[in-house]
Order: sequence, then C-alpha cells, then structure tokens
Amino acid sequence: MARTSTRLRHAAITVLAWGIALWMFFPILWMFLTGFKSEPDALSTPPHFLFHPTLSSYQDVFARENYWHFATNSVVISVMATLVALLVSIPAAYAMAFLPGPRTRMTLLWMLSTRMLPSVGVLVPIYLLARATGLLDSRTGLIVIYMLTNLPITVWMLYTFFREVPVAILEAGRMDGATRWQEVTQVLMPLALPGIASTGLLSLILCWNETFWSLNLTSSIAAPLTTFIASFSSPEGLFFAKLSAASTLAVAPIMVFGWVSQKQLVRGLTFGAVK
Amino acid sequence: MTAAGMLLAGGAQAGGTLTIATVNNGDMIIMKQLSGEFEKAHPDIHLNWVTLEENVLRQRVTTDIATHAGQFDILTIGNYEVPIWARQGWLAELKPGPDYDVNDIVPSVRAGLSVDSRLYALPFYAESVMTYYRTDLFQKAGLTMPQHPTYDQIRTYADRITDRDSQTYGLCLRGKPGWGENMAYVTSLVNTFGGQWFGEGWKPMLDTPEWKAALQWYVSAMKADGPPGATSNGFNENLALFASGHCGIWVDSTVAGGLLFDPRQSHVADRVGFSAAPTGPYGKGPTWLWSWNLAIPASSRHADDARIFIEWATSRTYVQLVAQHEGWVAVPAGTRVSTYDNPDYQKAAPFATFVHSAIDNADPNGQTKQPRSYGGAQFVGIAPFQAIGTQVGQTVAATLSGQMTVEQALGAAQASVSRTMRQSGYLH
Amino acid sequence: MDKVAVHPPVMDNPAGRAARGRHLQGFVLQSPAIMLLLLWSVVPLLMTLWYSLRNYNLVDPTQQGFAGINNYWYLLTDPDFMTSLENTAILVGGVLAISVGLGTLLAVLYNEAFAGRGIARVLVISPFFIMPTVAALLWKNLMLHPIYGVYSAMMRAVGLTPIDWLSRYPLATLVMIVAWEWLPFAVLILLTAIQSLDMEQKEAARMDGAGMVAQFINITLPHLSRAITVVIMIETIFLLTIFAEISVTTAGGPGVASTNLAFLIYSRALLQFDVGGASAGGVVAIVVANIVAAFLLRAVARNLET
Repeated sequence: MARTSTRLRHAAITVLAWGIALWMFFPILWMFLTGFKSEPDALSTPPHFLFHPTLSSYQDVFARENYWHFATNSVVISVMATLVALLVSIPAAYAMAFLPGPRTRMTLLWMLSTRMLPSVGVLVPIYLLARATGLLDSRTGLIVIYMLTNLPITVWMLYTFFREVPVAILEAGRMDGATRWQEVTQVLMPLALPGIASTGLLSLILCWNETFWSLNLTSSIAAPLTTFIASFSSPEGLFFAKLSAASTLAVAPIMVFGWVSQKQLVRGLTFGAVK
Repeated sequence: MTAAGMLLAGGAQAGGTLTIATVNNGDMIIMKQLSGEFEKAHPDIHLNWVTLEENVLRQRVTTDIATHAGQFDILTIGNYEVPIWARQGWLAELKPGPDYDVNDIVPSVRAGLSVDSRLYALPFYAESVMTYYRTDLFQKAGLTMPQHPTYDQIRTYADRITDRDSQTYGLCLRGKPGWGENMAYVTSLVNTFGGQWFGEGWKPMLDTPEWKAALQWYVSAMKADGPPGATSNGFNENLALFASGHCGIWVDSTVAGGLLFDPRQSHVADRVGFSAAPTGPYGKGPTWLWSWNLAIPASSRHADDARIFIEWATSRTYVQLVAQHEGWVAVPAGTRVSTYDNPDYQKAAPFATFVHSAIDNADPNGQTKQPRSYGGAQFVGIAPFQAIGTQVGQTVAATLSGQMTVEQALGAAQASVSRTMRQSGYLH
Repeated sequence: MDKVAVHPPVMDNPAGRAARGRHLQGFVLQSPAIMLLLLWSVVPLLMTLWYSLRNYNLVDPTQQGFAGINNYWYLLTDPDFMTSLENTAILVGGVLAISVGLGTLLAVLYNEAFAGRGIARVLVISPFFIMPTVAALLWKNLMLHPIYGVYSAMMRAVGLTPIDWLSRYPLATLVMIVAWEWLPFAVLILLTAIQSLDMEQKEAARMDGAGMVAQFINITLPHLSRAITVVIMIETIFLLTIFAEISVTTAGGPGVASTNLAFLIYSRALLQFDVGGASAGGVVAIVVANIVAAFLLRAVARNLET
C-alpha cells in the first residue's frame, strides 16, 4: 500500500519533471529542426514533424555571411571582457569583503544601480565618445563596454563568495608571515575558485547575448553573432528555415558551452551567493 | 600576447577597402553574391559588406552619417532619406560618366534622388503599388478583376473569396506598425480617399472625414476578410502568405511581382493576376514611389572607388549579369527604361509594362485633394516623419486589433502628430 | 545607511592606525573598479544631462540652442508616459512573479530523484543561453504565429481557433516570452540553494509528521529567501531595460500596449534622432531606476547581510 503510493508518487514526479523539461526545451528543439527543413516545409500548415532533412539552409547561411568571423568576434569579445572584469573586480570584492569601510555597502548598492540605466537614453553620448576615442567598430570598444556593464554584477557576486571564506583561515595565513598578495593568491583564490568560475561563466553568457551595444557600435570588423542574426531577421520574403539555421548557429556555441559547464556553474553557486 | 594581437588586428583598417552598408532584401543579397565579379574586374578594390535588417540599418547609418563617424563608404538608403540628407550636405554629389547612361534611369525615380537638379544617389531598384489576385479563386467565384478596380469592388470580391475553413483570406494588407510598413499602404489609401497628412502651414489633417472613411474601409475589410494576426503582417509576411496560397487579393509593392511569378519562390506562380492599385472616392493623388539607392557619404575617404562600385551595381551591365545568373524575372526592377524595353524581361515578367507605368505615374509630388506643403507619395519627406509615421502606425494597428475605434484613433493621432510637429519646430 | 559591524572606531593609537591602513588598502584595491564605474556612469550622465537641456537633433542641424525644460516637458506630459511606466512595472513584476514562483516549485521538483534527472535539468535551463533577439524571433515566428506557429497548429488540431497572441494579449505574451528566458536562471539558482538544504532538517520535520506543504513553507522557503533575493536583484537589473524582445515582437504595440519606458524613449526620441528628447528620457529613466534601486536594493541588502 505504502509502496504503491511511493511508486505512484515517483512516477508522477518523473512524468511531470520530464513533461516540463520538454515543454521548456521544445522551442529550441523546433528551431533546430526547422533549420534542416526546406523553406516550403518550414511554412507548411499544419507544421510537419516528419520531413526530409536538408542542409540547404545552412549552405545558404554560410554562403551569405562569414559565420566564423562573427563567431570569433563573439568569443574574443566575451572572453576578454570577462577576464578584464574579473581582474578589476577581484581586488574590489576582496577589499569589500575583508577590509570593509563605512561606505562599503553604499558603494556596492551604487554600483548595482549604475546597471539599471537604459542604454537607449545614452546611445548618442556613448556613440560620440566611441567615435572620439576611435573605438567604433573595434573589439576593444565592445570589450570595454561589456566589462563596464558587467562589473557591478561580478563585483557583487565575488563579494558574496568572498564573505563565505572564514576570516580565520586568512588570518592563520597572515600569522605565518604571508603577505597580502600571498594571502590572496595562495589562500583565498583556491578556496574561492569555484565561485570565481561561476561568476566568469555568468559574465560570459551575458556578454555573448548582449544585443544593444553590439548592434549600435559595430558594423563589420568587430561585429559579433548578435549582428549576424540582425542580417537574417525579417528579410524580404519570410524564410523560416534560413532564420532557424542562422539562429541555431548563433546560439549553439554558448549553449553547448553552458551544457558542459553547467555542473561547474552550480558547484560555484553553492559555495557563495545563494547558499 | 595573442589576445592583444587579435585586438590590434580587430581595430586596423585595410587600405582600398570599401565598407558597404546594405539591407537584407533579396535583390541586395544577389548583389552581394555577384560582387565577386566586380572584385575580379577591380582587383585593387576590396569589398566589406554590412548586411542588416532594414530598421537596424537605418538607425546605424543615420547615426553614423549625422555624427560624421565615417564607418561606411557606401550607404543603401531610401528616396525618403536622399533629399533630406543631401540638403544637409551629407552626401557626395554624383556625376556618372557617359557610359553609365544616366538618361536611361526612369525619370520619376531620378527626380526623387535629385536636389536642385543635382544627383545624390543612384537607384538600385524602385517600386510602386499594384493589386495582386489569385486568378483561380476569382474564376471559381465567377469574378473578373477590372483593370482599374475601386476599393468598393475590392471589398465585394474579398467577401466572396474568403473561406476561413480552408485558411483562404480574401484580402491581405499591411498591418505591422511602422512608417515604412502599414503607413506606406495607409498613406496611399488615404491619398486616394482624398485625405492627406498636412495642409498648408504644416497643420496636421488626420481628424478629417477623408481619413475616417479610409480607415473605416481598411479596418472593416480586414476584420471581415483579413488573415489572423494582421497587425504583425508587413510586406514580408504578406508575401509569404500570398506565395503559400493564403491570400485572395493583396495590394502592395510592385517588387513582389518578381517574387510571386517566380516558381522557385511561390506556390501560386501560375495563378497570379495583377491590376492597378484600387482607387477611392477622390480617385487621384500620389500613389507610391519607393526606391532603394546607393549613395556615398560626403565624409568617405574612398569616394572614387565607391563611385566605381555604385555605378557598376546600378548599371545596365549589372542588370544583364543578374539575368544571366538568376534569370530575367529576378533582375532589379523599376530603375532603368532599358530593362522594360528588353523583350526577354517582358517575356519573363508579364507585369513589366504595367509596373513601368505605375512607377511613371506614381507622382510623388502630385497634388492631394487639398493643397499640401510636403513631398512624398506614401510618406512625408520631412525628418520627423519616421517618428510620426511609426506612432500613427501603432494607433492604426490598435484599431485593427480592436483596442480603439477609428474616431478615437484619429483623435489620438491628430493630437500626437500636432505635439511632435510643435516639438520639432514645424508648428508654433 | 546602517553601520557595518566590524568597523572599529578610528583612534590615534596603534589599532587606529592599523584600521586607517586597512581602509587605505581597501580603498586602493577598490579604486580601479570604482573609478571605472564612476567614469562609465558619470561621463555619459553629464553628457546626457547637458544634451537633455538642449535642442539637438541629429538629422536636423537647424535645431540648436538651449531648450530649458522643454525636452522634459514633452516627455512627462506625453499621454503615453504613464502607460509606459505601468507596462514597465507589469513586465518586471510579471516576469519576477513567474520566475520566482514557478522557479521555486520547479527547483523543488528537480531536486527529487527521477530517471534522467541530469538531462532534464539541462533541458530546463537551456533557454537561459538563448540571445534575446533569437528568443523573440523564435516565439514570434515558429511558436505563436497565428498561421504557421506550432501552438496555433495544436489549437487547430483540437478544434479551437488559434489566438493571435501578440496583438490580442501583447503585454502578457511578452511577459511569457521573457519569463521563458529568465525562469531557467531562477531554477538554476534556487535548485543550487535547495541542494544545500540540510537533509537532516528535512528528515526531522518529516519525523515530526509535517506534510509536504508544511515542510515546504516552514523549512524550504525560509532557506531559499536569500537565493530568491539574488534572483530578484539580478533579474530586475535586466528586466527594467528590456528592449530587444519588444522591438522584435510587437514594436511596442498595438498602440502603446507593450511599450515600456526604454521603448518609449526609443520611439519618441531616438527614432527621430532627437538627442535632446532621448537624453531627457535617459535622465528620467535614471531617476526611475534609482527609485527602484533605493527600495529594492535596501531590502535585498538587508536580506543578504544576514
């Protein structure tokens, strides 16, 4: 009796959990499938679940745009912006966590509030600044902006991770005569590494998907995948298959990367911010 | 080190490279694909393409040229922008050589690209408006489309053809908000109903009986015979609907002809009929003239190379090149008289002569029912129109989706247009 | 601002000097981040403030000079201004409600043992990796399109008339699309938090005869409160300035039914390249953001300090 109810409960959980998972993932799956359809198949009503797969949309996409150029830009810009953001925010978060002053919390809140301003309001000032500094359509320009927009989040996340590190461990190190530098690199960093990794992963995802600045500040040389997509959305004639193929190409790298590193992300998060 | 090297490489600009900003429309994609031929003929000129969706492109290109950032050497812009920008001194004047045969350009199109008879852009393709219909559905319903239908007739036919069970909708019209989307169609509809955007002294005239009659026709016809989701249908969406057999009648740009009659892109290629754009109670007035053009910013550092390219891309030779590779039905339309004189084109595109005369008679500076102080057929040739048109476009979409009545919408539109015109200094 | 507990009083003695030294060090370490952010927020802010008081239109150089409060006046008296604020609130509130509410339930669900749990979890969090433009295009064209969309086909298959989501329920549909992107983030964070919940605590509660619901309310929820604040804070930052999803799906319409503050600034000012107007909008948005920040961040900070 009790066993049956447990088994029933288990079955219900399995069905529900898988049902929701598939429902959440379905749009992505459908996009993936549509990329392999011919254009008439993609527009058929009712939609076909079974069809002859073709690579023609992918061939068209590759013939039209230099995908690798965009993808390389996305990778370089996201990775560099994340690295620089970590480099700047680790000392700041360290200071906030271990050397707090009277204004530390205020500073943290102020940092986060800088992130809430809508980009459309400051497009022209930023555009003029970028032009004046020669950073229009350059990877450096986007790296700087992404670094700055993500800084509040990385500082704050690292701060919460560092606060979880018992001060006693650091002090023990200091007793042994470790300098501040050694204290950070040899004691704190290894302890907080999962948290730093999680912060980096999150920043990477956010950089990859940023749409406004990449569209407005780059044209060709530094254009990342968000710009690549803008050359396929609403073209003359409605090409769902090509659009799906291009979309799949634009999200695939970060999605696969996310799947692979998902465990790491969770492990890091357990350590700090959300414990 | 490697990263730094890549950064530097990312920032450097190669010499002899032309950066071309263009829209992701079919004809431009073909241009990009055929541009290899150009590079072969001009090995010292390298082409760098920036292909973007229309709205994004417009914003990018305008910001760039207005701040003299100089990121692009060649711009793809509409006949809306050309005169406005030319007057600001932002565009280089063009004086094509005798080989180019500038007199071959369709006169009305050329006029739209000139300010004080100086030419500031070369047309890549041009369009007017016409009515497409499905001959098989008309035959089945025992109807004949006249050469010059009226809007009353269109409504009657659409009612007869609509069959919601088979997802056949009698009438497809643009509903997607935007000055270049639903408002292009609505402006041309309002013109023929005797309405207009502004009277003399820039007084907005949206709360007039003519606008009301036009919008009432539009909303009621679309409710009775339009496809679901009409407020998200722009040119592309309607093209897809018609090509996949969901529309009975469609009034839209002439450029769709080349796509609807092309069996590779259209399921109904052998069942498409065409006639003139419908007329309303006023029956006259400007209809529709749009062209996509190539222009060179005054700030370009590669102006001479850029001239060579745009003369190539808008030349007779280029039209023949497209015909060779893609077939005559796919050549860029509406720009050159010689294209329309070509028997091969006439054979491949049964609508050719018809489109030619539609473009010739579009009359963008023609008279509306009341005197007017602005130019433009399906748009208003002033800088604030992008914002005005899009805002009114949203209000029109709200009547189509049933959130507002026509009266409410026109009241709100009149108020918001007056506001914007005051704000931008036209009205005092 | 309440005091930070560990801060010792500064006195002229060795301990005081040490404290000052610590402050100095702290300041030095923080300064790169602070200076950069100051530069990033103050320079554009000053430029924006300056432009907001001027007549400055990119495409009409004839408009020049001091505008006074004109740009602000046109924005604040715009009949659609209040609507845009409401819509902003609904968008933020709606998505937060869904991602926190549903996210908590899903976190509990995916914490249970079942076959293929690892894969199911990966599937659920996948939408978080999708870029906003792609998510919007995907939902608009492939899922919700009244003729070609999968959902419409499903509705037709069971004899219903497909709903034209984006024109009938524009704001609700947007909330749905954005929630689809952000719910996975909430699940990820909350699931992580739940995993650290002490099993013994739960066992003890079960021994006491607490039912599932009681366990959830008395033990799980309080444990999650900090994770929930994290979700609320990070998501609010992004939800306040949503732009790409609106511009791709509804362009703010029909009418202004789905126009938020960011989109209003875009359509009233940027679309006609009115830098003065856009700047005034930017300043107003900064004020709004700071009001939200003041309320939200204080509450959040309190929760995080514990």
